[in-house]
Amino acid sequence: MLNFLTYFVNGISLGSIYAIIALGYTMVYGIAKMLNFAHGDVIMIGSYIIYTSMVTWGLDPLLSIVIAAAGCTVLGIVTEKVAYKPLRGAASSLAVLITAIGVSYLLQNLALLIFTANPKSFSSVVSWDGISLAGGELKIQGVTIITIITSLIVLLALQTFIKKTKQGQAMVAVSEDKGAAALMGINVNKTISLTFAIGSGLAAIAGALLCSAYPNLTPYTGAMPGIKAFVAAVLGGIGSIPGAMIGGLLLGIIESLSKRYISTQLSDAIVFSILIIVLLVRPTGLLGKKVQEKV
Amino acid sequence: MCAMLSVNNLSISFGGLRAVDDFNIEIEKGELYGLIGPNGAGKTTVFNLLTGVYRPDEGRIFLEDRNITGLDTVEINKAGIARTFQNIRLFKDLSVLDNVKIGLHNIFTYPTISGILRLSSYFRIEKEMDERALELLKVFDLEKEKDSFAKNLPYGKQRKLEIARALATGPKLLLLDEPAAGMNPNETGELMDTIRFVRDEFDMTILLIEHDMKLVSGICEKLSVLNFGSVLSRGKTSEVLNDPEVIAAYLG
Repeated sequence: MLNFLTYFVNGISLGSIYAIIALGYTMVYGIAKMLNFAHGDVIMIGSYIIYTSMVTWGLDPLLSIVIAAAGCTVLGIVTEKVAYKPLRGAASSLAVLITAIGVSYLLQNLALLIFTANPKSFSSVVSWDGISLAGGELKIQGVTIITIITSLIVLLALQTFIKKTKQGQAMVAVSEDKGAAALMGINVNKTISLTFAIGSGLAAIAGALLCSAYPNLTPYTGAMPGIKAFVAAVLGGIGSIPGAMIGGLLLGIIESLSKRYISTQLSDAIVFSILIIVLLVRPTGLLGKKVQEKV
Repeated sequence: MCAMLSVNNLSISFGGLRAVDDFNIEIEKGELYGLIGPNGAGKTTVFNLLTGVYRPDEGRIFLEDRNITGLDTVEINKAGIARTFQNIRLFKDLSVLDNVKIGLHNIFTYPTISGILRLSSYFRIEKEMDERALELLKVFDLEKEKDSFAKNLPYGKQRKLEIARALATGPKLLLLDEPAAGMNPNETGELMDTIRFVRDEFDMTILLIEHDMKLVSGICEKLSVLNFGSVLSRGKTSEVLNDPEVIAAYLG
């Protein structure tokens, strides 16, 4: 039982990281109607920024995260402006997708060039040891708890921002009807930029948590969590923010428990099989909206 | 004193089809002007040209003395043209109040950061936006529904909300695309009162597309008739509606 609880809590923690990454996917998809496959690599860049400022410059972990979030925000805005915006509207959605894959490889190879392929051992941004329950039988690591709390704060803050501020409302308006929003005076380009900025800023936070839990940083660190977070976003219903959160948590828990009870090697296969099954039963994902065909 | 809207020789083609051909119009401040014509005549295309959704191949558009030809939709909205849509395009998952607030975005601004950090300017401006939006909702008798989703409003109220949202952007010229489409005679009668009220209360110039001849002859002072992309007839409503060419185009 305690064993189950340990894996369950670890699953929630891993799922929280997936959820934060999935928020970036789902927001960008909801507003720009594109899949930003380079999102996972923004996490990796963010982690390298944190590594550099913590280990090389010896800065405070919290300050390092702030620097990384700022760096990723700029990176997100720049990639959108340079790579995706020129393709918006005119080209087919396939062109943007391929470009995103290109950006992903570009970022990976840039990191390879700058930081080399040698894994960097990341020191955790969380120095707290965690808590012991049930007389030391059940240990929960500090980083696990911090991850869960952080993701809850991020979700609540994001929901409040979208519901309560005019920039957030502009995002909803653009995601519903870009044309009508523009005709009501909403600057669509600025709104899309802001979405990329927020998604990429969150990626930096996800990077910090991810590398604190799995302290092995390479240029490919972001790829697999990126794909899994994408699966989480689709599972929850792409475009839906609560959906991303639920999808992420489910995925993390399933992965963690299947590692324990079924097989470590098979856990990824199980995760992706679940995606296929969910899509067969509910093509729009758990919380996704049904798309109504216009007659 | 120049006209509120003057359009000279506006044309656009899609592929081989000349959707709008040498379109001219002149609307004085405060006028209620109707644009009519058979289906597919190019009326909505004219609206899309006026609001910058399409760029014209030829011709020029002046709003008062400002040349707005080729500006993008956001700039044209800022310059003072707002519109509604033939098939209602409200933000369905936003509340009635928030739909109107979207229209206020250009008038009320605060930096993103003050929204994130909840600085005092955020609270002040949001409160002002709420008040202004509520005033508009009151005018259209929608304040009771302010918190319901736009998609849950009955059809007639959705039409009204679209007009309220367009007015929120602070236009000089309001374009209404088939405002009476799908309405029963009672609702149409009420809509006619609303449109007159908007013109008088907001000192608005209005250009509307409509098929309902009762509405057109009831409230429009002047008309232009469009057929196959070009202007068939224009002038005072009573004269245009008795023009044999217009009758021929309508009745075939």
